[in-house]
Amino acid sequence: MPKIIVNNKEVEFEEGMTVLQACELAGEEIPRFCYHERLSIAGNCRMCLVEMEKSSKPIASCAMPAVDGMKIKTNTPFVDKARKGVMEFLLANHPLDCPVCDQGGECDLQDQSLFYGLDNSRYTENKRKVKEKYMGPLIKTIMTRCIHCTRCIRFATEVAGIPELGAVGRGEDTEITTYLEKSMESELSANVIDLCPVGALTSKPYAFESRPWDLKKTETIDVMDAVGSNIRVDTYGWEVKRVLPRVNEDINEEWISDKTRYACDGLLKQRLDTPYIRRDGRLQKASWSQALKLLISKIKSFHPNEIAGLVGDLTDLEMIYSFKLFLEKCVGSKNLECRQDRIYINPEERMNYIFNSSINGIEESDFILLVGTNPRLEATILNARIRKAYVKNKIKIYSIGDPGDLTYPYNNIGSSTSIIRNIVSGKHEIYTKIKKSKKPIIIIGESALYGKTGKYVFEELKNFLFNNNFIKKNWNSLNILTQHASRVGAIDVGAYLIDEKENFSFFDKLDNDDFKFVYLLGADNISFEKKDKFIVYQGSHGDKGAEIADIILPGAAYTEKNGLFVNLEGRCQSAYKASYPPGEAREDWIIFKDLANMMQKPLGYNNVQNLKEIIDKIIQSKINNEISKTNKVDFVEGNILVKPIDYYYTNSIARSSKVMSECRQISKKFLFTGIEKAS
Amino acid sequence: MTIKKISKIQPETFEFSKDNLLEVEKEVKKYPKEKKASAVIALLYLVQKQNDNWIPLAAIKYVAKLLGLPYIQIYEVCTFYSMFNLSPVGKYFVQVCTTTPCMISGAKKIVEICKKNISKNQNELSENKLCSWTEVECLGACVNAPMMQINQDYFEDLNENKTKEIIQTLLEDKMPTPGSAKNRKNTAPETGKTTLLEEKNA
Repeated sequence: MPKIIVNNKEVEFEEGMTVLQACELAGEEIPRFCYHERLSIAGNCRMCLVEMEKSSKPIASCAMPAVDGMKIKTNTPFVDKARKGVMEFLLANHPLDCPVCDQGGECDLQDQSLFYGLDNSRYTENKRKVKEKYMGPLIKTIMTRCIHCTRCIRFATEVAGIPELGAVGRGEDTEITTYLEKSMESELSANVIDLCPVGALTSKPYAFESRPWDLKKTETIDVMDAVGSNIRVDTYGWEVKRVLPRVNEDINEEWISDKTRYACDGLLKQRLDTPYIRRDGRLQKASWSQALKLLISKIKSFHPNEIAGLVGDLTDLEMIYSFKLFLEKCVGSKNLECRQDRIYINPEERMNYIFNSSINGIEESDFILLVGTNPRLEATILNARIRKAYVKNKIKIYSIGDPGDLTYPYNNIGSSTSIIRNIVSGKHEIYTKIKKSKKPIIIIGESALYGKTGKYVFEELKNFLFNNNFIKKNWNSLNILTQHASRVGAIDVGAYLIDEKENFSFFDKLDNDDFKFVYLLGADNISFEKKDKFIVYQGSHGDKGAEIADIILPGAAYTEKNGLFVNLEGRCQSAYKASYPPGEAREDWIIFKDLANMMQKPLGYNNVQNLKEIIDKIIQSKINNEISKTNKVDFVEGNILVKPIDYYYTNSIARSSKVMSECRQISKKFLFTGIEKAS
Repeated sequence: MTIKKISKIQPETFEFSKDNLLEVEKEVKKYPKEKKASAVIALLYLVQKQNDNWIPLAAIKYVAKLLGLPYIQIYEVCTFYSMFNLSPVGKYFVQVCTTTPCMISGAKKIVEICKKNISKNQNELSENKLCSWTEVECLGACVNAPMMQINQDYFEDLNENKTKEIIQTLLEDKMPTPGSAKNRKNTAPETGKTTLLEEKNA
């Protein structure tokens, strides 16, 4: 390996590294504004100047490739003077408004001026003033503060795949703007706020809310989609002030979607803070004992087979498992379902409902086939990975069903199930392409698994992959893209009702009015009519479920309890309590424990630790249980339609959020007037 | 100089004429297929030529689609170069050079004449909407200072009378003859050749 000498210390570095990266290997910190590990190199801020032997001028370390035997110095007076000069230029036009700037306390310019800034300015001229730009409901701009690092432009163009930002004008008059000041059209747009090293792009909903040092920071997991992005929740008292991404190279790198970041204001609105009972057709406040007593008497008045439970999309594993135990032990019912619609699942083995190739695996892949899925809206972060793989390796991407703009080019090869039959039987050109590729990925979305054709699509593709040896230990091409945070975990603990012949028997019974009592566990995306059913809703938000409920039990939202979530790859992650439930609301597993105790049929666990151990064992046994089984299926003629998704309104928290509503309004406008895509 | 303002009055559509489309083909051919975006400046010049010296938003979209580029990138190019106008400048666009050699030889007087005869401010249309003027940096014809450029042509060795005459012709919607006002050939000395007298083609 080549070697470089940094401050008289010799370090080995990898071929292709820049001087800045090599210096970091040597443990030297180099100040920078424009350089970012995940973006292309711009080299325009000049803050990373270092001294190189035999060079009379300082060099920009971020843009200079490291070469064997280079001698670099980073701590000489020469370097210090150069950086001080750069800083003086940057500050020449930067306003002195740190006291009213939202970036204060987490500002790169503030931090670095501590080391390289002069104590007073030598300029007597006026500072330049730049007009504010409109960039949508999420990004607040104070463009006078901009130092033109172009990180935001590079992010929008490279990572988000929506080249909407640009630097117009030149020299002193350069301004960063979107084309004609349109709102940014990307679901990843708010990441530019984190990228901005100064306070030019700040968060609009969080504007003037609090200072970073006043907030309590909790590292936890996101539940807005099934990706399970790692996030940090910042709270002030009870209020969740903001959500920021946490680096996890295996999942979200360091980006999060706008929904993850900004649905948090929904945690403060529409909350259920006390139990309600429907009396004379109206929901009225009640106490816990009243509500639970009524609930138990109602349960006793129905036959166990008439009682059903429906698990929602944001529920954690503890909740689902204690619900399942409650239904089985206390009620004696097996009617439990985690799907809210007729989406085919095959829970025989774990690989049948998870994303087996893993999110990291996308980058290694050389062929991607999307089947009835729109990853951009269903799993934004995963889509960013596919785009990364496309940009890096120029892989070919095909789609069955038309998902619309995915931020990268793909070939739509039709939408009929007969295409799958052709591929499997070798009549379609895709067949040879899959056979030739080393690590193909087939992503099956929920739209493809919907209804009658679901079983055929899934089983046939699995058979095909299995027979062609693409389901192996080191590479599994079969991927299911679930949309909801609770889904994989719920299937793991067995929250489904499947007959041998009929995958949707729960929904058949529901439609035939076999159920007279339905217990909704945070289930809001319901697709059945109430009629004369008795409905209990337990959850955090007054949404669709609570609307039709006869008894409402207030529960905790995802930031208010410790909980396990299994993401779409089958990765089990714990979420931590950042805040506490409002009013009289309780953590959900405690509600079931109380109910069971009141019915004198204890559930067999005493504390949450106990419960976690049981769940852990179940998941481990699922992982270890390796069988590769295939089922033969008959061809079913049908169309695979990628279902439209109301992206900003997919769950009860997002629906309660004012920011999400604003985004939704604007995204609707895109459809009518939106920027048509060039080429 | 601040960022150019986009005109509020915009034509609905823009399309290249048949002749210009042939030109476009020539320009795009100069570059490898995957690098056809390189032709952007040439294409924007063609737009200005066809559309009375300015680029409407419709043309930005049109060129973007032609070259497979995002709109913002074309917009960046348009704002970066001072030679591109984003609001109407008239059928006759007068650019007066005011850099040192021209300034010494009387460019300020020419500017005064423009102010008087065309419009009070730079980049403002004359009353009959045919003409506008602007000060520009060196146009590279210092030997024949003072000079100005009207559309594609240079008018050199100007004096006050000649300038007035030229601008009057423009306002009457006629194009004056370009070249030196002192009738010299290119940059040859005013009094005729002094060297290489025996060379015929020198």
